Amino acid sequence: MTLRNRELLALMTVGLLTAIGFATVYIALESQISGGSLGYAVFFFGLYLVAHVVTRLTVPLADPYLLPMAALLTAIGVTEIYRLGPSNAFKQGLWVVIGVGVFAATLFWLRHDYRVLERYKYVFGVTSIFLLLLPWAPGLGETINGSRLWIHFGGLQFQPSELGKIALIVFLAAYLREKREVLAQGRLKDWGPLLVIWGIAMLALFVTNDLGSALLYYGIFVAMLYIATARLSFVAGAVGLFLVGSFAVSQGTPHVRDRVTNWLSPWSSHRIYCPINGLHELRQNCQSFQQVQSLYSIGHGGFGGTGLGHGIFSSQSGRQVIPDLNTDFIYSALAQELGLVGVAALLLLYMAFVVRGFQIALTATDGFSKLLAAGLSFSFAFQTFVIVGGITRVIPLTGITLPFVSYGGSSVVANFLLVAGLLLISNRANRELGAA
Amino acid sequence: MNKQLRHVSVFALVLIAVLIGATTYWQTWAKADLAARKGNSVSLIERLTVDRGKILAADGTVLANNRKSRKHGLTFFTRHYPQNDLAPQVVGYATNAGTTTGLEQSLDDYLTGANTNLTNTFTQDLDRLGDRTVKGDNVYLTLRPDIQRLALDQLGGRCGAVVVLDTHTGAVVAMASSPTYNANLINQQNGYAKIGRIQGTCGDHTALQNNATVGLYPPGSTFKMVTAAAALDSGAYTPSSRFNDPGYCTEYGQRVSNAGNPDQNGPEAFGNVSLAQGFEHSINSVFCNVGMHIGGLKILDYAKRFGFYSVPPIETPPDESNASGLYKFDKHGRRLFSPTSNTQIDSGRLAFGQYNMLATPLQMALVGATIANKGVVPKPYLVQKVVGADGSTVTKTQPQTLGRAMKPETAAELNQMMQLVVQGGTAATVGFPPDLKVAGKTGTAELGLGNVYDSWFVAFAPADNPRYVVAVVVEKQPNGFGASVAAPIARAILEKLLHS
Repeated sequence: MTLRNRELLALMTVGLLTAIGFATVYIALESQISGGSLGYAVFFFGLYLVAHVVTRLTVPLADPYLLPMAALLTAIGVTEIYRLGPSNAFKQGLWVVIGVGVFAATLFWLRHDYRVLERYKYVFGVTSIFLLLLPWAPGLGETINGSRLWIHFGGLQFQPSELGKIALIVFLAAYLREKREVLAQGRLKDWGPLLVIWGIAMLALFVTNDLGSALLYYGIFVAMLYIATARLSFVAGAVGLFLVGSFAVSQGTPHVRDRVTNWLSPWSSHRIYCPINGLHELRQNCQSFQQVQSLYSIGHGGFGGTGLGHGIFSSQSGRQVIPDLNTDFIYSALAQELGLVGVAALLLLYMAFVVRGFQIALTATDGFSKLLAAGLSFSFAFQTFVIVGGITRVIPLTGITLPFVSYGGSSVVANFLLVAGLLLISNRANRELGAA
Repeated sequence: MNKQLRHVSVFALVLIAVLIGATTYWQTWAKADLAARKGNSVSLIERLTVDRGKILAADGTVLANNRKSRKHGLTFFTRHYPQNDLAPQVVGYATNAGTTTGLEQSLDDYLTGANTNLTNTFTQDLDRLGDRTVKGDNVYLTLRPDIQRLALDQLGGRCGAVVVLDTHTGAVVAMASSPTYNANLINQQNGYAKIGRIQGTCGDHTALQNNATVGLYPPGSTFKMVTAAAALDSGAYTPSSRFNDPGYCTEYGQRVSNAGNPDQNGPEAFGNVSLAQGFEHSINSVFCNVGMHIGGLKILDYAKRFGFYSVPPIETPPDESNASGLYKFDKHGRRLFSPTSNTQIDSGRLAFGQYNMLATPLQMALVGATIANKGVVPKPYLVQKVVGADGSTVTKTQPQTLGRAMKPETAAELNQMMQLVVQGGTAATVGFPPDLKVAGKTGTAELGLGNVYDSWFVAFAPADNPRYVVAVVVEKQPNGFGASVAAPIARAILEKLLHS
């Protein structure tokens, strides 16, 4: 079977799963929602069919499983978003349309040779910094939950750091490909741009309080630096610098310090000052409320989960148990309804995606492609780790999205760009493999 | 570069594997701990989706059931109490916010079907998978609603309590606490505050409190049942032992006068009397001398056999019951006091039920029940049986005893003496129908508030084969003699129990 036919077959399986998912939610919430839910499944299948046709035309030799996996993750996300609030699912659907549009446009634009991007590396570098700091701009940015990471653009909310992440990876792939030999020698003057990255990450952390994005940017940077130079000492130094820097920053910003305290001890036995309402409350009723309630939700799911549509997310009076359930905390919702069985499968799906991504990096023949594929794959894994690790108390909680699953336009568009990138690299690598 | 790529890819996979591990921890290992945490909104809401079992009276009258509503894709059950104010202090309440009291609290596992029974757990899991509502077990109590209502009506808003027990089994036939409240207020806005404003005629805002198990009152002369049991059972006295009553006894070189009498000015003096007559007319000087002779420790030893100094083993939550006994009052409030030597006790005053002796109505009912039950203390119980939603019996209470307090002969002698009280003694004026054959003991406890007393009566009937025991206390009654305030309530209840 050809690669593209495999992709089509996998996509049809995903379409079937999506239909089952929506049907389940529809049956469970029959009294609340209309019968149009199966329409969503058909719509998504149609959308991915379009994406499939585009890959046939532009990247016929690319990996056949990345697109179906992305489709499945999106379907899981949209199903759960639909279950939590049908109106949001419609908006998310629109973002997926835009995402697929961006995906198709990228493939068409770069189908001959994506390596032209290497020439514009500094454009990407500056863009990534610009996007990371954009919410800082007066009039544009908006502070949500103590972090300034959104911008308002007409009626749309947008999280620019998501796109900045892709730009950063392109810049790093190009820069490190060029400088990897000299960097490995360890001369100080070659370190300038990298120290700039470190400084920017810290600055971003300080001015936007966006711990999640700072961590993500920096993690990508360290991983790609290691791949390029093979120097573990660089990794150690970079991690050390980050710890020192973030400790210093945390001294100056109560928001970051709070996150760490909430991580170490989310439950307090005595009342402490609560800045939200100015009263004295237990920490689990104030600062760590979200984290703790999210853990309750996960725990309630247990091994098998409550089943789609049967989870408990709002009280009798309609108050939501966990704020931001469909964005940052969608994992908690999934963990309750699908149980350990379901979310473990979800995480295995992320693993499979990452494996395919690194496989592409290994088969690629040139340094830029290798670094780009590895950066994209690692960012995908690391972002999953940062948000789910935060929710499950492995690391301090930060507000970033779960790739493809969380509600949020910028995240969807950025992740479609990521898949497009991987497919382009894969196509080229397989073509060269076939030629050789 | 491929070597580094492999390293980083393994690292990335390890990161995600850690997430699977962490999720496993929260969903299996820590699951129970999380579910039990206070403030767990998910658990709280889940409770409301369980079709909580009904609580029913002995005759099947529904005391607690649910109202059903469907919201946000979930079916919610809100507690409803069809009998309003009948027995809220015993049944307790379960609020939408998850607070429980009374039997609603102590029987929660049954009512929510969460009792650890493998079949139960299994069917529940199946119910959850099949989107069927989890149904709790129904609980049948021993309470008789007609007697309970009569007791409340008789108390008529005065502060106090009535306890009616089946003397053979210890089954609680009625447990009324006054003032009472409408349990349905609890799930209403400001309902809790409204209940707090309910005031008994004594002026206390204690509607939420179960006076029958929590209320500590000086037992007054009803405690003479305990003293007499100690005096007779230890062999120190017989019912015909002689005493001279000059109207007082002398303790620590000072006179301790007899109580006043409603139709006389000043304390009475009976002259040469037997112990039985001393009991019949509730003569303080006689018991004062008994107490000084046998010693306070001996009296307390017998009190413990009746269950004093421990919380009665009844199904309501342990913190909703108090132990009876001697109490000490200091800056920390009141606490139970266990003396180790007679010199620590005012034995004379203890013998007639004053001197910091405090008892609950349930405890005094148990004293009466023990005498009626030939010296064996019955274990009181409120729950007759628990029945599963499918009609199968989950548990059924077998009557138990708490041990023997005295010899059967002693109990028979006390029974006789208590009959004298009703026939020609302090309760002769109450007007008990002779065919009921009532045996009883009055109590008029001094509170140090002039002629305002806590009025007591403990009685059982029929005396030759007792079936029911009634303990009544009415708080802070002006001229509240046991015979004039509490005994008529006991009469009305015993008449209803035995005549119809």
